[in-house]
Amino acid sequence: MTKPIDLRAGAVSLLILVTFLLAWHLTVSGGSGVQKMDPEYAKLMGITTTQGKSAMPGPLDVGATLWGHLKDPFYVRGTNDVGLGLQLGHSILRVMAGYLLAMAVAIPLGFLIGMSPLMSRALDPFIQVLKPISPLAWMPLALYTIKDSGASAIFVIFICSVWPMLINTAFGVANVRKEWINVARTLEVGTFRKAFTVILPAAAPTIVTGMRISIGIAWLVIVAAEMLVGGTGIGYFVWNEWNNLSITNVITAILVIGVVGMLLDQLLARLGRLVTFPE
Amino acid sequence: MQDRYISIEGISRAYPAPGGGVTTIFDDLWLGVARGEFVAVIGHSGCGKTTVLNILAGLDVPSSGVVVVDGKAIEGPSLDRAVIFQSHALLPWKSALGNVAYAVASRWPKWSRGEVSAKAMAAIRLVGLEHAAERRPAELSGGMKQRVGIARALSIDPKILLMDEPFSALDALTRGTLQDEVRNICVETGQTVFMITHDVDEAIYLADKIVLMTNGPGARIAEIVVNPLPDGRTRNDVHRHPAYYPLRNHIIDFLVTRSKSFDGELAAGRPWDARNPPLVNPVAPERAPLAPVPVPAGPSGEAVEAGPVLTQAQRRRTT
Ligand SMILES: Nc1ncnc2c1ncn2[C@@H]1O[C@H](COP(=O)(O)OP(=O)(O)O)[C@@H](O)[C@H]1O
Ligand SMILES: [Mg+2]
Repeated sequence: MTKPIDLRAGAVSLLILVTFLLAWHLTVSGGSGVQKMDPEYAKLMGITTTQGKSAMPGPLDVGATLWGHLKDPFYVRGTNDVGLGLQLGHSILRVMAGYLLAMAVAIPLGFLIGMSPLMSRALDPFIQVLKPISPLAWMPLALYTIKDSGASAIFVIFICSVWPMLINTAFGVANVRKEWINVARTLEVGTFRKAFTVILPAAAPTIVTGMRISIGIAWLVIVAAEMLVGGTGIGYFVWNEWNNLSITNVITAILVIGVVGMLLDQLLARLGRLVTFPE
Repeated sequence: MQDRYISIEGISRAYPAPGGGVTTIFDDLWLGVARGEFVAVIGHSGCGKTTVLNILAGLDVPSSGVVVVDGKAIEGPSLDRAVIFQSHALLPWKSALGNVAYAVASRWPKWSRGEVSAKAMAAIRLVGLEHAAERRPAELSGGMKQRVGIARALSIDPKILLMDEPFSALDALTRGTLQDEVRNICVETGQTVFMITHDVDEAIYLADKIVLMTNGPGARIAEIVVNPLPDGRTRNDVHRHPAYYPLRNHIIDFLVTRSKSFDGELAAGRPWDARNPPLVNPVAPERAPLAPVPVPAGPSGEAVEAGPVLTQAQRRRTT
């Protein structure tokens, strides 16, 4: 029964895509036609904007650019002209660094909060205040104290991905079924072994859900952070291409950001399925 | 009582009441269980049976009083006292064998993996689940899950087995089979068992002594009924024994009326000592209860009807 609906949904998706691309193509080609009608205006624009690329690109232009990037993702032709793959690599490395740091802090701390009602109450006010702060608001403070733009971006990723993981870990740990804890207690299992053999597997699905929310937020934030700190990364690439008025490259980057975000999410979804147990 | 392997000495349990003050669930309970004895506690839902069992398990502490096991006061959970939980309480991410092996490895931490798995497999085989050893709890039926729970409890060679309504979630057929298995194992190994139930026939079939608890709050042990049926009883012949109906009527009468009116009986001057709840043999006429007695005797067919009606009503309240 699922096969037909999958097929039909795929067909509708394809239809939407084709309609969208066609509409885009027609709108844009119509627009450039108007521009051709006014050569002086076009010339003026051509002069003021380096290559005359101010015109909205069509899907074919974007496709060609994307293909160009895919063919040669890792070139370096100067500080501002670096392959899209390298820029993405920088972003992913920063996200990974900040994210792993956040995991290293959030999961043990979440265990502590989840297992100790005292610590839970003691830390709650701090979490409540710190959690709603936009991660980018930390940026100036990070730049001032760390004095390194790359590390500051990592810090911002850390601070934005720490909360969902922390809160989910604490919640998952605090809500492990009482009867499973009682099984461990009647078997005289020590605290440490209990944490690893009962609480961790029982809370793992909730923890991984937090990790999945975190990776999504981290990938959202890295683009904004790199626009601010500059230098390298996909966020910087988008901003740089905007300054170059290369809308084709901007659109290409947007596409690539979406696809990478999806892949990261899928990775965590797969991990989630791995640790989920049927009840 | 001669041998008090388990000795419950004046325990009570109170919880803060919603409107301030405290509610005493049960008060001043005294009970002795001899080594190798099978004791069943029967009483209405909410009278504190689970709380008593949790105190015996070391999972809960009494508000006052102590429980002494083998000469030592209980200070917490112990591998010597295995619990079979009502809700089976299997770890869902482990296989049936894994669940049992977890208990075995906890009992004998120095054992090699092979030794642990062999011992666990022996327990799995004891409950007839070798074909399902690698399945996870979600892939097992209710009866199979409870079998794993039983295997887990038996695998650690406990000195005392504590069971909290172990078969109440099962269908009648499965329940009967599991009762047979548990009885065989316990009779063979001389296991000391403390079981909670609300099923009268289950208590009659399995227990040597049946402890009758009055309704809470302030529940007490009204009396201890000595099971007059022969040790060699089987599930299919218990109801043919002449002592069966007097015994069953006595317990049902207690559950239907006396569990509520017991305090009134005491007020009316019935002699009773909390430290020594009377041992009652419902077959001997001189021990017959003083209070208003049995449901109109009627033909045996009717008496059989009385049971299921009552247990169903109770079951509804329990679940
Ligand atoms: N944590 C608690 N707080 C307040 N009341 C409780 C708590 N746990 C149990 N009780 C009360 O104690 C009584 C006895 O519960 P329980 O031992 O589960 O009874 P039983 O097993 O006989 O049905 C119930 O009335 C229940 O409401
Ligand atoms: Mg109960």
